[in-house]
Amino acid sequence: MTPKVVVTGIGAVTPLGATADATWQAILAGVSGVHTMDNDWAEKYGLTVDFAAQVDPQVVPEKLKRVQAKRLDPSSQFALISAREAMADAGLDETDPDRTAVAWSTGIGGVWTLLDAWDTLQTEGPRRVMPLTVPMLMPNGPAAAIGMEFKARAGVQTLVSACASSTESLGHAYDLVSSGQADVVIAGGSEAAIHPITLAAFNSMQALSRRTDSPETASRPYDVGRDGFVMGEGSGTLILETEEHAKARGAKIYAEVASWGISNDAYHITGGEPGGKYALRAMQEALDSADLSPADIKHVNAHATSTPVGDIPESVAIHELLGDHVSDALVSATKSMTGHLLGGTGAVESILTVKALQERVAPPTINIEEVDPEVHINIVRDTPAELPAGDIAAISNSFGFGGHNAVVAFKSV
Amino acid sequence: MAFTESEILAGLAEIVNEETGLAVEAVEPNKSFTDDLDIDSISMMTIVVNAEKKFGVKIPDDDVKDLVTVQDAVDYINKAQEA
Repeated sequence: MTPKVVVTGIGAVTPLGATADATWQAILAGVSGVHTMDNDWAEKYGLTVDFAAQVDPQVVPEKLKRVQAKRLDPSSQFALISAREAMADAGLDETDPDRTAVAWSTGIGGVWTLLDAWDTLQTEGPRRVMPLTVPMLMPNGPAAAIGMEFKARAGVQTLVSACASSTESLGHAYDLVSSGQADVVIAGGSEAAIHPITLAAFNSMQALSRRTDSPETASRPYDVGRDGFVMGEGSGTLILETEEHAKARGAKIYAEVASWGISNDAYHITGGEPGGKYALRAMQEALDSADLSPADIKHVNAHATSTPVGDIPESVAIHELLGDHVSDALVSATKSMTGHLLGGTGAVESILTVKALQERVAPPTINIEEVDPEVHINIVRDTPAELPAGDIAAISNSFGFGGHNAVVAFKSV
Repeated sequence: MAFTESEILAGLAEIVNEETGLAVEAVEPNKSFTDDLDIDSISMMTIVVNAEKKFGVKIPDDDVKDLVTVQDAVDYINKAQEA
């Protein structure tokens, strides 16, 4: 029999706070992490978008030693901070290295390191390009940093699938634990890619909200006036282990990871298949492989990025998935508060899903003035909503450029 | 304008501190970079590049292996700035 996989630790660094709990409290309070940026990029580079959801710049200097921080790209800095929090939260001071693995994602990798090195090359020449540049910029840098810190010798892997990345890593972590390849997996994802180049590029694509006069309300999934996503950054870590391993050491258990599903649109490099057909397939697979029925699903943490084209197909797919039970599933679009953490988004939203199941409360979706008439799902608006008692389940959806669809299903404990 | 030997030592100690976190007082002339200060080859290259910048000298990669102790580096930089 396949062993049960449970979540025993969480950690997060987000635009809403330096810990998972600080993030969760801000989410319940409906706080926006989106603000006008404190830099000169708009002036200097003529950027249209001058706002984002940024991590407090004090977090890294407060939590990492200077010498360690300078050897890590910001995406690895966030990763290590959230991984430490999650391991401490799980009470895992020591693990068996041979039975410990890392499944970690970034969507883009060390973009700051790469571009800083390019600037150095241009202005100071090749001799000044630092020897650690490549290990710092590589997308598996954060995974490797976590793996070294916690002596994870059962495998350290990085799955990259844009904004679906860290949900795929959670799925991979589930596979590692349920197949018996590891007792403990440090899973999640991080991103630190708010840079003039990414802002310019996403803006060229018309993917970003341009609501510069009101950044706090810019991320508004499902609202008729939504005009794009908001760049975010940060990291989320979940500790996965077998229920047996967790119980043997008396660990607290947040929720069960029931299963996961994956698919690909194979349709367009950035645009999702408009009918949500393959998003549906990933959700269906997550339910089927977990032996869950639509009636079990009481909560959905939607991918819902606030783009005009993206939110509808997902809502159609959720509706088709749940059928008559759609009104019983409370849907939260937490990017309305966190912005879009790209490769970190799936991990952070899975943390929020796990907390929702544990505390029986679905997070709000802020900034909706009028729900798009094409959306027919039960959205939690403005304030948190209570989830029912008893055995319930939830899913967290992530979709990424490249047509990637990944869905993780959780059960309450 | 040349740096004095003690200025070079102090400057090197700052660079080592910045890279490794070692206290500046620990960077004594007779200490070996690898055996005493536990500095790996990548950190050593970073220290060399920063020293080149700070002291306005060139330290070719092939010469770095000869810089065993802190004093070796001080002497090398001292000589290089005269050249």
